[in-house]
Amino acid sequence: MAKKKTIRTIPQERTPVREQDPTVRARNFDEVSLGYRLEEALVEAERCLQCADEPCVRGCPVGIDIPGFIQKIAEKHYHGAYDILTDTNLLPSVCGRVCPQENQCEGVCTVGESLEPVAIGRLERFVGDMAIKEGWANIPYIEPNGYRVGIVGAGPAGMACAADMAKAGCEVVVYDALHEPGGVLKYGIPDFRLPNTVIDAEIEKLRRLGIRFECNTLVGRLFTIEQMITEMGFHAVFIGTGAGYPSFMGIPGESLNGVLSANELLTRANLMRARDFPKYDTPLQPGKRVTVIGAGNTAMDAMRVSLRLGAEKVTCVYRRSKTEAPARVEEVHHAEQEGIAFNWLTSPIELIGDASKAVRAMRCVRMELGEPDESGRRRPVTVPGSEFEIETDMVVFAIGTNANPILGQTSKLRLNKRGYIETDDSLATSIAGVYAGGDIVTGAATVIQAMGAGRKAARGMKAYLGLRDTDCVYQPDTDDPSGMRFGIPVEEHNFARIRLR
Amino acid sequence: MNQAQTSSFEIVAREDFSDVTYLLEVRHPMLAKAAKAGQFVIVMEHEQGERIPLTIADFDREKGTFTLVIQAVGKTTREMQQNCRVGTSLYAVVGPMGIPSVIAHKKKVVCVGGGLGVAPIFPQARAWKESGAYVIGVLGFRNRGLVFWEDKFRACCDELILCTDDGSAGVKGLVTEGIRLAIEKHPDIEELVAIGPPVMMKGCAEATRPHKIKTMVSLNPVMVDGTGMCGGCRVKIGETVKFACVDGPDFDGHLVDFDDLTARLSRYKPAEKEASARYEESCRIRGDEALAQASASLVDDRPSADA
Repeated sequence: MAKKKTIRTIPQERTPVREQDPTVRARNFDEVSLGYRLEEALVEAERCLQCADEPCVRGCPVGIDIPGFIQKIAEKHYHGAYDILTDTNLLPSVCGRVCPQENQCEGVCTVGESLEPVAIGRLERFVGDMAIKEGWANIPYIEPNGYRVGIVGAGPAGMACAADMAKAGCEVVVYDALHEPGGVLKYGIPDFRLPNTVIDAEIEKLRRLGIRFECNTLVGRLFTIEQMITEMGFHAVFIGTGAGYPSFMGIPGESLNGVLSANELLTRANLMRARDFPKYDTPLQPGKRVTVIGAGNTAMDAMRVSLRLGAEKVTCVYRRSKTEAPARVEEVHHAEQEGIAFNWLTSPIELIGDASKAVRAMRCVRMELGEPDESGRRRPVTVPGSEFEIETDMVVFAIGTNANPILGQTSKLRLNKRGYIETDDSLATSIAGVYAGGDIVTGAATVIQAMGAGRKAARGMKAYLGLRDTDCVYQPDTDDPSGMRFGIPVEEHNFARIRLR
Repeated sequence: MNQAQTSSFEIVAREDFSDVTYLLEVRHPMLAKAAKAGQFVIVMEHEQGERIPLTIADFDREKGTFTLVIQAVGKTTREMQQNCRVGTSLYAVVGPMGIPSVIAHKKKVVCVGGGLGVAPIFPQARAWKESGAYVIGVLGFRNRGLVFWEDKFRACCDELILCTDDGSAGVKGLVTEGIRLAIEKHPDIEELVAIGPPVMMKGCAEATRPHKIKTMVSLNPVMVDGTGMCGGCRVKIGETVKFACVDGPDFDGHLVDFDDLTARLSRYKPAEKEASARYEESCRIRGDEALAQASASLVDDRPSADA
């Protein structure tokens, strides 16, 4: 490395990313953020101090070697950057787009202490997108070890687990109940945040690792988890089905027509392409005045989708203030830019219907923040006599999810009080050989947390399967000084049979 | 071996019961093996299609097939009526879905099917018969010409009461008339199971309420994924809200809020109408005048025999 960089010598301004103009993009499904150009990425890569402390790596749920990949960008060794990223993170294009970096790597960035933090997410996306464009894929030669692994759910947790098990030499089959793999990346996150083409490209990479995707398969009902082990010849199973059972509030009027969950709205619009009705058959009665309850990322997605479906006015109703909103700062910012009206400190108390049982208004009450509650956030309390009505013809609930009951109904898996699957520290469930991770264990979280759980479970599964043998054909001719290859740290090399071509 | 079949769901048999009702037998050995009475599947005819829930009307574990009986009432079901021929395949089939019907030890049960519910009640009647119960079948059709599967039902029912609107076969009247006759003759009926349009199931529930006969109904609200993920199928059962796809589809008929169900079934009516109109138009453009006219005549038709 040349002269040591200091906070004074690096570019002071965070390199802005080009975005579609808010007035234009609010009416189309094209991606909002256009990503860095090469020269922009190079400037931003220079902003990383390569500090010894590396707080960003600890801030990352999967522990990406962030200074390492940024250094490779700065050296214009883009494939090297991709190698480092894919050592720990299978889906850089996805995570660069949807991770809440401000609470993770960027939130603890050393540069961020005095300037704006390094735009790690944008750089990650830059490398991931370049890999897709150039057709790079790190496909190792994998010596089959004869073990068969079944994965339930083709979302982020299942994809991450599948990749690790396939790299270890297992034959991996991923089952999903929907007709396309991708899970929440496909049905939930809209194209303008994460284009389906990006997901398909990442899934194609998994197929090239030898992973087989079997869609249209509702595990639990078509066959049970127990049957996978006892009859279908799987030596280990990973469950990553997601939380998937949307919550409602239980206020009067929820069954009125025009009232739906954010999941339903997003699934219809994204996966089923209701936005292209009637070319696609799935309908979605678009609202003119849409009101979305909640202020998480899903709520932001629901609002911005509604806008793009032609809503004239989209309103957000959230019982706490903007500070407490669980959505990413960037998402709230984008939503505000696009003209979403935010009603902070507002809680719905009743939905009012017309004669045809369609919703026509939402009665709300103003809130104020009281003492902190168990989550540490100040508890909202009702302001007496503050009731008012919002005219609306579509109400979307985006207030979280509960545990999906199917696997609990159909297996002997031990669940906790709230219906989520109980696991130990290695993510093993109460059934030997069956592991679980992601939202079905922790409740709703983020894509990267689910991927982290999938990888953690894979470590547990490898240990369970005893993937350690003296016949290791690994050839350590790697240029990576850490010895890391294909996501397998050096101390685990004797757990895997990997040979570099 | 033992792999899930996840593409190419071949149609191996088709039968047309009337100009709106048709049967499709689909190859899916794993599904045929797993299916139980009361469960449903979700079907997509083609890649751009919608996901529609359909109750399984029969399954044959030996042949590795399951059967759907479909009424052509909307764009998708009419398009399927036209395109689904023997040898063609469905784009997606997922199932069996939902909690299977509870076939407990009961001495005497009534299985009621009306309109689009006739075929789906068959696996229940058969399952009850196999459990050793005395099974009374009550089937409702508009007229004699629309009757189907009479033999199949006679084979698994100890008694079969046919009801037709015009009296051209069996008893004249709705299925509730058949239920009245059955209860009159058998005061010891322990359970009644009904599948059909909401208004029919409501009628059945009201018919048994005074007699305190346990009544189960199978609900088929609007669904997207069918796995509990979207919540589109939520139904009011007494004071609680349930998702029909994963908490049902069978519920206690005396607790179901049928008015709520009916209202919610109409959610996408305008879009559905638009799709149907466009479909007719496209049929016309293709020069298929006869089909277009047939489709057009369906629009004003009553959706089922008992509605």
